[in-house]
Amino acid sequence: MQIINLIKRKIFKQQAGIISVEAPAASFSIKNLLGGKNVGDLVFQNFLRFFASILLLIVVLMVIQMVNQSMPSIKQFGWNFIKNNTWDPVKEEYSAWPFIFGTLYSSLLALLIALPLSLGVSIFLSEFAPRWLEKIVSLLVELLAAVPSIVYGLFGIFVLAPWLRTTIEPALGNKFGFLPLFTGPPYGLGMFAAVIILVVMILPIITSISRDVMKAIPVTQREAAYALGATKWEVVKIILGGAKSGIVGATLLGLGRAVGETMAVTMVIGNTPQISYSLFEPGHTMASVIANEFSEATSTLHVSSLIEISLLLFIITVILNAAARLIVWGVTKKYKGRK
Amino acid sequence: MNNLMHYKWRKTKNIIMASLCFISAIVAIVPLFIILFYTISQGISSINWAFFTQMPKPAGETGGGMANALAGTGILILIASCFGLPVGIFSGLYLSENEGSIYAKSIKFLVEVLNGVPSIVIGVFAYVVFVIPMKHFSAIAGGFALGILMMPLITGTTLEMISLIPHSYREAALGLGIPRWKTTLFVIFPAALKGILTGILLSIARVAGETAPLLFTALGNRFWSTQLDQPIASLTVFIYDYSKAPFDDWNRQAWAAALVLIVLIMIINIIFRFVTREKYA
Repeated sequence: MQIINLIKRKIFKQQAGIISVEAPAASFSIKNLLGGKNVGDLVFQNFLRFFASILLLIVVLMVIQMVNQSMPSIKQFGWNFIKNNTWDPVKEEYSAWPFIFGTLYSSLLALLIALPLSLGVSIFLSEFAPRWLEKIVSLLVELLAAVPSIVYGLFGIFVLAPWLRTTIEPALGNKFGFLPLFTGPPYGLGMFAAVIILVVMILPIITSISRDVMKAIPVTQREAAYALGATKWEVVKIILGGAKSGIVGATLLGLGRAVGETMAVTMVIGNTPQISYSLFEPGHTMASVIANEFSEATSTLHVSSLIEISLLLFIITVILNAAARLIVWGVTKKYKGRK
Repeated sequence: MNNLMHYKWRKTKNIIMASLCFISAIVAIVPLFIILFYTISQGISSINWAFFTQMPKPAGETGGGMANALAGTGILILIASCFGLPVGIFSGLYLSENEGSIYAKSIKFLVEVLNGVPSIVIGVFAYVVFVIPMKHFSAIAGGFALGILMMPLITGTTLEMISLIPHSYREAALGLGIPRWKTTLFVIFPAALKGILTGILLSIARVAGETAPLLFTALGNRFWSTQLDQPIASLTVFIYDYSKAPFDDWNRQAWAAALVLIVLIMIINIIFRFVTREKYA
């Protein structure tokens, strides 16, 4: 029965000219050569695609060039480049572990402090604050993200470091000196200052993304929880459960930002390639060693080692960002249709 | 009784957590005010006409200005715009035109990833592409690095601003029989132009504050230079050099330059917020 209906409909469409029965007569107009498309459309589309492809080209070129230029150091040191501890431009011995350690240590510590703080802010913004207050606080947090890192560095050198040296570090050293975290003389410039600056710098990015993710969760979930008699905090816990993966993504993005942060860290971390867990000791990061030594490096091996470090930095941040983006996209897509 | 206790405990916990969130919001915005306070109080005394119009004085002499650094930053931004604007805007248009296609999706992903690549790595790339073949530092290498930094930002805002245009605009134009490319170029693009322009302004603010990629591309210059194949001064590298110097007068000028930079960036950011807010909100 159905089949007959289908056939009937088809015949009707053919008669009405909706489906063409015969192939269109062949002609050699440009329009036909292009498959019936507008010439302008085709030109415009390819014009745009050309520019979009430049982006792809740049990334590919970036990888090829950096691998190429770091070849001398890769050949010379191999895997020892990551494992060993010496960085000695005089003896031409280069290995990146102190810098990798410094980068990971400072970024993870900063993340440890920034994550709960920015979660607090984003919960406040998306759940507790009235709309006018939310607008103001969001603007201020965004402005915090807009402060250039050189200004953070300037602030770190002239305000934060002296303050740490004279006030905070001696006090912490006296009270908690038994912890490995707070040993050594108070320099001011060192890991502590770097971590504090990094916290302030990555806080806005984690905050704004987690706030967006929380806001993307359907109102119905909140309403349902309230209807069951939940307090505001209990509602927040439900929201947090839904926003979990988005918050993980935001955290990864924040970590990526911290890992790649250069100027502010270079200016306050003390730039000493050593491995120490004490916050008072100076350190060094991958980004800061590039900033410090690149323009003064003369030997091929030195330059090549620095380029290899930047290649490592590139790989780390690309992995972090790619993972974060996939997670955040997944979450917002999940809730998009349901709002 | 037990129930009542439980209820009270839930209420208290609610209040505790709410106040913790409130406190973290305050902790988060306090640094902004501290930094603004110090930049203004340390920098404002050095801001005068000479600071904008004079050249840096030799080490040890007081006074002098940062005219060359201001001009240098301007030139670097111009070069960066030459690289960054066409790629950024047209890629943004491409992504908004082809939302479904896999190629466009992967480009969009790439843009996000490129946005997260540290600026110093971009600087190293510009060094490899320009400085190694030319054998010396140059303005064009610095501009190229900043241009690459601009691309993902502009692509992102262009895409976002176009997606704010109601779909009916496109439908109306197409319904009148206007070809797609004309619709995009003469209907959609002009409607989104204001947002895109402020997005460009925002990306300029962002790259004007970049230091790391300039350290070993544009390098810096204590003299007046507008030649594209020579090292060139910039506001940010000026701040960096002057902050490391052991002269009080130079440190004072570093604060003043930071104040100029931060005021510029804050103004652009606030403009951006208001322009994007009023549209289709």
